Amino acid sequence: MPPSKLLPLSEAVQRFVLDGAAVALGLSLETAIPFAFGHEVIRQKKRRLTLIGPISDILFDQLIGAGCVDRVRAAWVGNVITGIGYNYQRAVENGSIAVEHHSNFTISLALKAASMGVPFLPALTALGSDILNENPSITTMSCPFTGNRLAAIAAIRPDVAVVQVQRSDVAGNAHVWGCLGITREACMAAESVLLLAEEIVSSDVIFRDPNRVLIPGFRVSAVAHVPWGAYPSPMPGYYNRDHEEFLRYKNRSKRPEDFERWLQSDVDDIPDRDTYMRICIGEDRLQALAIHNHSIAEGVDYGY
Amino acid sequence: MATDAAYTRSQLMVTAAAREIADHEVIFVGMRLPLLGFLLAKSLHAPNAIGVYELGIVRESVSPEPILTMGDLPNLYKAGWLADTFDAMCLLQQGLVSASFIGGAQVDRYGNLNTTRTFDPHGRMASLPGSGGACDLACLAQRHIIVMSHERRRFVERVDYITSPGWGEGGSWRNDVGLPRGGPSTVITTLGVLRFDPETREMVLTSVHPGVQPEDVLAQTGWGLKISSDLTETPAPTAEEIDLLRRFDPKGYWTGKQR
Repeated sequence: MPPSKLLPLSEAVQRFVLDGAAVALGLSLETAIPFAFGHEVIRQKKRRLTLIGPISDILFDQLIGAGCVDRVRAAWVGNVITGIGYNYQRAVENGSIAVEHHSNFTISLALKAASMGVPFLPALTALGSDILNENPSITTMSCPFTGNRLAAIAAIRPDVAVVQVQRSDVAGNAHVWGCLGITREACMAAESVLLLAEEIVSSDVIFRDPNRVLIPGFRVSAVAHVPWGAYPSPMPGYYNRDHEEFLRYKNRSKRPEDFERWLQSDVDDIPDRDTYMRICIGEDRLQALAIHNHSIAEGVDYGY
Repeated sequence: MATDAAYTRSQLMVTAAAREIADHEVIFVGMRLPLLGFLLAKSLHAPNAIGVYELGIVRESVSPEPILTMGDLPNLYKAGWLADTFDAMCLLQQGLVSASFIGGAQVDRYGNLNTTRTFDPHGRMASLPGSGGACDLACLAQRHIIVMSHERRRFVERVDYITSPGWGEGGSWRNDVGLPRGGPSTVITTLGVLRFDPETREMVLTSVHPGVQPEDVLAQTGWGLKISSDLTETPAPTAEEIDLLRRFDPKGYWTGKQR
């Protein structure tokens, strides 16, 4: 048996998210967003974080509104089905956060470069844009073979990557499925990896299907068991997206005083995810969001 | 600018977007109206169109239930390929994507788009969500189609920030900055459809929606917009198109309530 890295979420956040850390999260775009993790970071009043991600569907907005963030390196911050993220907008306009603008491809390439252990990667994107003109980690270069103009994207190495996964053993060997956005390169690039799992399963369940493993367990620092940890975003195989909650958040974050109330009732007054799901969300909505049309894939033979 | 009670202005825009898609094309599908346009095209004249979504999905079929984001689980169900954003972007960078759709807060006469920040006449900044994948789509697709609301504050002489490059400063600009291909082909707005002059790369009004006069479009455009010598009227949606749109957007979330 490999050694256990299983920790309560609160302890994992305490140990692996230090003030000033660069944290990559929300890596699967609209799916599997680690909201439970974000709310624990807010409760612990972490400060001066750098957030790294592709698009962020309201989680970055929540962390910014709670005062945890100094800097954002991302492609888009807002509320996917309504548009503006009001805390993000306020923070950018009053200068309380610094933003390094990326596209989804440039942030992926920055993490891919770090995951490869090289200082940068060339690309054909962002040429002619103000993203390239303004972002100090993107520049242009001549191709050493053809002389053509290329974009060069500097490596980004997060201190920690945080991923909500479907199931993991206690050592951090985890199965993921669905579409992963920029999860793989972020985990490979990060100094440490923190997993939040819908289910904790035996290593045997994991190793019988090794193609589905996200990253070798030895690269993972901690695993927390957090069912419904991605709610209200969707988790393939577990629950659907709660559109209503994203619509509600729009109104509950529009003015700073609305957001303060949301912060109090939905995060600060709540001890943990289980309580949040039971008290704030309730059994009826959990039932409504559960997977109702199952689609189980054929097994595959890894035998010899 | 009243519309015929049989359809909303958004539904007209979606049907115009759908007509930009040819059968067998590979379409990088965005959100909102473009998503509906893709589903509509696939259900009608482009059944073999292939959809690529930036979180790493390739689909040859329409999702079994309506979706509001591309990550909604019905969009993963029986997908053709579930992979990474990197993979979707690599298809794009290789030139394998025929067309993509992008929206914007601000556009200029050369089709450059801004979704990052704008400044009002007093110099006050308004911060917007940013690029997402839009910059990549504008740089790397064979062509891209812009879908947005036609208002004077949005149609400006020069965008405050180029998030997604169009034809830059016109002429050979894209080639000069190193972009490998592409450029905006069409702009579908709440008032009409615009295309680009093949030489100067400047936007030209080519059709107006039913009930819209060319002067209405000029009044809502912040530069001396050129009007095509063979200006037409945008075809109204057919009954079949409207029926399909009700299926894809049953609550009118994107296309508005039927009046």
